[in-house]
Amino acid sequence: MNDPAGPAARQLPEFFRIAPAIVLFWICALLASPLAAQDWVKTGTSLGVEKVRLAVADFKPATADPQNAALLKTFNDTLWNDLDVSGVVELVSKSFYPLQVPGQPPEVNFLAWNAPPPNAAMLAFGNLGVAGGRLTVQGWLYDVKNIQSPQILGKQYADTASDTAARLMAHKFADEIIFRLGGGIQGIAETQIYFVSDRSGHKEIWAMDYDGSNQHQLTHLGAIVHSPRISPDGSRVAFSALTKTGWEIMMYSLDLNRMVGFPHMGGTNLSPAWSGDGLRLAFSSSRAGDPSIFIADTSGGNLRRMTTDKGPDVSPVWNRKTNAQLAFVSGRTGLPQIYTMEADGTNQQRMTDQGYAVSPNWAPNGQFLTFAWVRKYGPGDPGALDLYLMDIASKQWVQLTHDGGRNDFPSWSPDGRHIVFQSSRSGSLQIWSMLADGTKLQQLTFTGTNEQPNWSWK
Amino acid sequence: MKWILLILGLSAFLTLSGCKKKAAPAPPPPAPPPPAPTASISVSPNSIQAGQSASLTWQTSNATDVSIDGIGAVQPNGSQSVSPTDSTTYHLVAKGTGGTQEATARLTVTQPPPPPPPPAPTVSDEDLFAQNIKDVYFDYDKSDIRADQQSSLQADVAFLSQHANINLTIEGHCDERGSTDYNLALGDQRASSVKNALTAAGVSSSRIKTISYGKEKPFCTESNEACWQQNRRGHLVYQK
Repeated sequence: MNDPAGPAARQLPEFFRIAPAIVLFWICALLASPLAAQDWVKTGTSLGVEKVRLAVADFKPATADPQNAALLKTFNDTLWNDLDVSGVVELVSKSFYPLQVPGQPPEVNFLAWNAPPPNAAMLAFGNLGVAGGRLTVQGWLYDVKNIQSPQILGKQYADTASDTAARLMAHKFADEIIFRLGGGIQGIAETQIYFVSDRSGHKEIWAMDYDGSNQHQLTHLGAIVHSPRISPDGSRVAFSALTKTGWEIMMYSLDLNRMVGFPHMGGTNLSPAWSGDGLRLAFSSSRAGDPSIFIADTSGGNLRRMTTDKGPDVSPVWNRKTNAQLAFVSGRTGLPQIYTMEADGTNQQRMTDQGYAVSPNWAPNGQFLTFAWVRKYGPGDPGALDLYLMDIASKQWVQLTHDGGRNDFPSWSPDGRHIVFQSSRSGSLQIWSMLADGTKLQQLTFTGTNEQPNWSWK
Repeated sequence: MKWILLILGLSAFLTLSGCKKKAAPAPPPPAPPPPAPTASISVSPNSIQAGQSASLTWQTSNATDVSIDGIGAVQPNGSQSVSPTDSTTYHLVAKGTGGTQEATARLTVTQPPPPPPPPAPTVSDEDLFAQNIKDVYFDYDKSDIRADQQSSLQADVAFLSQHANINLTIEGHCDERGSTDYNLALGDQRASSVKNALTAAGVSSSRIKTISYGKEKPFCTESNEACWQQNRRGHLVYQK
């Protein structure tokens, strides 16, 4: 892999760096209005700023190999989708493109791209070819308004020719573009999503690429499993499973491709959560009677009980930025509500004021919680279970989903810009992803029932 | 010598040709035999319960002496009502100058059904458990024992006190509403609630296991309150 352009040295507009601040601004602006709860507000990078218009020309075949056509389709589709759902750029519709698209830098006709109708600011292009079983991709990102010095990025990738390799190269190239145009955002194109699927006949742990491709089964326990949580280093999945003696925390090693030991605790043990440093595991256990939050090290030792109230406490999640706070769900006052506490169990604070609030997930930046909430709950008030985003410091919130169905189990992408969740909006429980402002909705699973997604940390 | 040979040859020739030529004398035409008797017998119906009667009917011809075993000599044609206590085969014998002809008819006699036997003296513990143990139902999002469920609990305590050898598992169940993890914790609390009520009434806690199924194994799958109430329960299961 080489980088003909060297490190990107371009000055990028300031607005690309302030996406979290924009979200916060709109939460505040929203809460200032008495009509806040009824508004459909889209928060995030799409508000008040204009995104870079990026044209992505289909890559051209570089050789005459018969494998080219299939791999080109995989590459082009994957690259387009990655850039589209990133929310960082505005993709110029392919119907505006000139008939001749470039596959090499000398073929770029700047005027055909930088003037209307495409009116693109940026152009991604390149070529792909198989020769002797090796797949080689060359890709460039050009600032087509800067004809004197257009190149922002030039990349070459090579690997054994396969569909997986073509997809991976598209992911890597997309991440490079997003990093350059998104003000240093680390791309998520190589991240994984872990989830529960019943398509084998039992609820087992499955994994897939972030865009829904490459779905594959990990566990074969023939039991019921719940709430898979990938470790920060990506080596293990912790989950709870119904064993002969009840619900226990279990561990699957992705390095060894098999189950590894974790001590049985007794009682009902649920919803394990990794600390950001990968050293501790929080979970709910009724081993001492009432379901309470416990923290142990990742081998199950040094077990400590963190909550002692009456009422179920479940679904802990760490502030992965500090590893010093946790959010969790407690039914101590009746219907479940979101709480936060310090990692030593002190300073327990209720975050939601009403309704039925579950499944908290802490944003990677440490500032926001997302969770599922039936905000107005009760007879004659059939509220929907929707996803909400809350600023922790102010407890102000915005609603992220509005489109029907029961929406639950949100999980943040590592770049803090996307959320994966389960929704019944399509008629069955499936996994969906969206930008954290609620846009760019995408259904990722279609077969069987799929639920409880968890996004990898990198 | 030639002479002897000639005689022998001639006699052999005569013997052989004599055998060939001898014609069998035609048998005299037989005298027409006296007509053979015919006989048939039937019983209707052919199956009765003890105490009921059936009609026995027979016909013969060319018979001079007709009898039925067990009844004796009868008219050549006739019928008679019979009411045996056991299954009987009626054997008709018709004798005449032309020979003897026999016929039979079978009447099956069934015994009336016996009175139902007295209930078996022992029923399995599992059956008794199923007959006597009552599940405990809960309000939405609640795990405390409702006042109207106390009678079920008292029945459970009474049964478990009388059958100290029986162990059980209490399953905590929830309705479909709400989130998976929270429902599993709630189901755990419901199972514990029932267990605590039983142990408080004197049932040894060592006899009781608890498990939560949350909303994983509903009893009823419709989305209405009647169905949800069915699913919000502590389900008591016999432990083999």
